[in-house]
Amino acid sequence: MGSKTALYEKHQEMGAKLVDFGGWDMPIHYGSQVDEHHHVRNTAGMFDVSHMTVVDVTGTDAKEYLRYLLANDVVKLQEKGKALYSGMLNEDGGVIDDLIVYLMTEPGVAGEWFRVVVNCATREKDLRWMSDQTASFDDVALTEQPDLAMVAIQGPKAISLAKQSVNESREKLIDQLSVFQGLESEGWFIARTGYTGEDGLEIMLPEDEVADFWQALADEGVKPCGLGARDTLRLEAGMNLYGADMDETVSPLAANMGWTIAWEPQERIFLGREALQAQKESGVTERLVGLVMETRGVLRSHQKVIVEGVGEGEITSGTFSPTLGCSVAMARVPAGTKDQADVEIRGKRVPVRVVRPSFVRNGKKVFD
Amino acid sequence: MSNIPSELKYVASHEWIRVEGDGTVTIGVTDHAQDLLGDVVFVELPEVGADVATGDESGVVESVKAASDIYAPLSGEVIAINEELEDSPELVNSDPYGDGWFFKLKLSDNDELNELLSAEGYTDLCESEA
Repeated sequence: MGSKTALYEKHQEMGAKLVDFGGWDMPIHYGSQVDEHHHVRNTAGMFDVSHMTVVDVTGTDAKEYLRYLLANDVVKLQEKGKALYSGMLNEDGGVIDDLIVYLMTEPGVAGEWFRVVVNCATREKDLRWMSDQTASFDDVALTEQPDLAMVAIQGPKAISLAKQSVNESREKLIDQLSVFQGLESEGWFIARTGYTGEDGLEIMLPEDEVADFWQALADEGVKPCGLGARDTLRLEAGMNLYGADMDETVSPLAANMGWTIAWEPQERIFLGREALQAQKESGVTERLVGLVMETRGVLRSHQKVIVEGVGEGEITSGTFSPTLGCSVAMARVPAGTKDQADVEIRGKRVPVRVVRPSFVRNGKKVFD
Repeated sequence: MSNIPSELKYVASHEWIRVEGDGTVTIGVTDHAQDLLGDVVFVELPEVGADVATGDESGVVESVKAASDIYAPLSGEVIAINEELEDSPELVNSDPYGDGWFFKLKLSDNDELNELLSAEGYTDLCESEA
């Protein structure tokens, strides 16, 4: 038996099929993963993401520590609650994990602190790495928050339905959130972030309050969704999955994460910087692209990608896209790949189109 | 527990067989199989007129999760395929023993029917795999 989130009984009650995910018993779906996917694109769905790891970073050196730890620069967070997506790299420039960091106070004030959300499957190595890196700083403390549950509510109606499920002060707080911002209200941390390519919220709240909140959302018509739909939604949105699309052996420059590296200011030293700089100078040989297959069949991870006259690559994540009605994938291919490739599926070569790795945003197809 | 109708026959690769009594059979995948597969998004079926032998790969079911081969549970000639599945593969999930059928065979060797599992035998098999 794996670890259980505070919503375990709700999942059983709502008919979830539970599977092991990084040591946790999590819902894969509640009947149909495809129905759940459409529900998020068309109205609103909710996901239990309490298994994710929340770490608060405090102390007078908190900011300088994060500027060293992360490839993106927390100095960009210039408003209370603003969030930043970043890779956490090793010295070789490989991705230890990807994460979201929130500025929890006004910028630059005394007592300024941050909240970091990392993946569940990488929890132990992340915590160890983060803790090791505090050694070069005098005053930084890491505090895991294992007692916080976390619910993601996603879809075009997510915000309006969530507002109907909370008290008045939280409703007001939701109204004032900008995209990629999270703020606290009576012990709840409410953020306008997500992993689906739709508008929505991610809410961290005390475990003993989450079951009632989940029920209130369900009563408003927010559909419970499992990790299956979460994966097809994030893949359509072109969002990386750690362990599939990148890991410690992959450079962010070969994982469509170049935009998350803050090269400026040049004097900022961050872990992995030197290695990335060297890669950039010698030329990055691979990149992460999107693939679209307009014929029948489904692209799957680890299938071979053949680029005629250029070389070979591999699918890192592939699925059937319920929104588009065809298969899409992310693949790591030689840098010289143009707009056509073949994928080897069950011994046959099938032509695919190569596009930017983003397929659906706010319910609409985004590639030509 | 999944639904295993007693009037049908089964094979260990999770296909069901309905013996029609006129030398033909109808074949599909079981409720247990569709549950393991998850949402079915494509079904590739053999061609009408094709001869298949027991154990031949004669199609593919692609679900959101994985691709699975369909094996011919008996030998014979394919006399019909379920064309509805082209546009509505989800019938395999919603009605595996009815509208979600795959293909029909005209048997070349009726004796092969003796090799099939009963509903009871298939139930035991599913339980032993669980």
